[in-house]
Amino acid sequence: MAMPLVLKLAARNLLYDKLRFAATVVGIVFSIVLVTVQLGLFVSFARTVTVMIDHAPADLWIVPLGTKCFEDPSLLDEGDRYRALSIEGVSEVVPILISFAQWRMPDGGTSPVLVVGSDLRAGGLLPWNLVGGSLDALWIPESVAVDRTYFDRLGVKGLGDAAEMRDRKAEIRAVTNGIRSFTTTPFVFTPLDRARGYTGTPRTKVTYLLVHLAPHTDVERVRAQLWTVLTKAEALTPGEFSSRSRSFWLFGTGAGAALFAGALLAMIVGSVVVAQTLYSSTKEHLYEFATLRAIGSSGAYLHTVIIAQALLSAVTGFSIALVIGLLIVNVTTESALPVVMTPALTGILFLLTVVMCVVSALSSILKVMRMDPAMVFSR
Amino acid sequence: MEAHGVVKFLGEGAGKVQALKGVSLSLHRGELALLMGPSGSGKTTLLSVLGCILSPSGGVVRVCGQATTNLRTEQLAKLRRDHIGFVFQSYHLFPTLTALDNVRLALDVRGERAGQAIKRSKDALARVGLAHKINAFPRELSGGEQQRVAIARALVGDAAAILADEPTAALDGENGHSIMTMLFEIAKDPAHGVLVVTHDPRILPFASRIIRIEDGLIVGEEAGVGAARTPVAKARSVAKL
Repeated sequence: MAMPLVLKLAARNLLYDKLRFAATVVGIVFSIVLVTVQLGLFVSFARTVTVMIDHAPADLWIVPLGTKCFEDPSLLDEGDRYRALSIEGVSEVVPILISFAQWRMPDGGTSPVLVVGSDLRAGGLLPWNLVGGSLDALWIPESVAVDRTYFDRLGVKGLGDAAEMRDRKAEIRAVTNGIRSFTTTPFVFTPLDRARGYTGTPRTKVTYLLVHLAPHTDVERVRAQLWTVLTKAEALTPGEFSSRSRSFWLFGTGAGAALFAGALLAMIVGSVVVAQTLYSSTKEHLYEFATLRAIGSSGAYLHTVIIAQALLSAVTGFSIALVIGLLIVNVTTESALPVVMTPALTGILFLLTVVMCVVSALSSILKVMRMDPAMVFSR
Repeated sequence: MEAHGVVKFLGEGAGKVQALKGVSLSLHRGELALLMGPSGSGKTTLLSVLGCILSPSGGVVRVCGQATTNLRTEQLAKLRRDHIGFVFQSYHLFPTLTALDNVRLALDVRGERAGQAIKRSKDALARVGLAHKINAFPRELSGGEQQRVAIARALVGDAAAILADEPTAALDGENGHSIMTMLFEIAKDPAHGVLVVTHDPRILPFASRIIRIEDGLIVGEEAGVGAARTPVAKARSVAKL
């Protein structure tokens, strides 16, 4: 089927000045790649912020009262574990410790790390995506697991390398892939007691308690009862804890706002470039628009020509930006700050591109609406 | 097409001028009328008002019986696409479209289906002798050929009135004669009336009627030589457009 004439006219007008069209496309590509990176980082951060919570096999989390995020250094009394166990329907309560420590590298330098201590037996927060060593190896004294993304930060090369935390040896006996921290502080997994040693945490203290329920237990009932027996702690579902962590890191700290502001600025820059080039194209073709008006075209027909030009620019620019965006995603996959692209994000980016280009066309539409069709007689 | 006591002001404030000062005239089917006058006499303004591009400040314009007073912009556009065809001095063809697509545009703006529009556009181009150049772009056509494409565009929608603004001004004598012959032939068809704005005396032999305008007023009207050659115009008993 042949292209509708109105689209053909729009496309030909657009391509009439190839240099200007190229400038339009470059503007869109520049803008959308920037937006892709900003939003891709946002999605990546949103995932990273809750990565530990998402991987912990808990029905409920008992957290210190007022905990803002997973990395919050507040501590619980381990006595809360027994209080929780006394509630009907609670099958297991697993303590975990999250605390900062100084990782002293073999060459003498130091790096802050976030130690994740958990019971290795069942239901704890254990490392996943193992690409070297094994979980069983963590039973060996002085063993830890780290992510290979952070080898450079930790000054190690792989399995068997060792460092120190609080003058205690930490030997890498398991290596994971892709367990990144939002704060870019490397995670170090180790059994609970050893984690206490590495961080100087008293034996009676833990950071969180992972509550496991018996099958068919009413989560809300248990949660309500936990609230009554816990004094300085609160019980959250994994979803609530994830949401709280995300809100804190992405909006409480301004990190998310900064990413959105960057994306917004990119959109504004793109809109201005597209608006300017579309406007100059419309101005150059003004006699043609006046002729169309004179031969009886409706306002809607003229608007269709301009909007079609904007959409053609959007599709061309978005296609190129998508390829560049996917390259960036590919290049950053293994980095500490990966840019993530999801089908939903791709759809959103396309919509943003279309909205940006159509909004940019408004000045051109206004120009055409204010045009005097009698100008066709003036030359 | 008829105008009664048409007044038109142009500009605003101190620059406001009265371009038409109470013009009355009519254009009939089957005639080729010439509107002649010096520069600044109001010819083009009158053409714009008759062509429903400008609204009159006073008086009445009727196209095919419909008064244009108080019509909104879109209603005026509909009147134009349904009843009026334009031929411009500078042709105003779309440089990025072929001759066929340029003609087709006049039907596309009406929402006519592509297949039918293409067929009618080819017929219109054949009528102006350009059947062999339907795929040519304006830059590949001579001035005369471009003007013929413009005439085909004006004709393709079966416009009752063809309004031509200095159609020969950009052409040499031979091409100008050819274009006027074509407009003359169109005017022989009782379906169309042609009004040509000009100050080119070479066109006079084609006119069935000559209307003279000066300083915004019709100052004279006379039968042209062409009247003897256009039976319908000679009769002048046909309905007004």
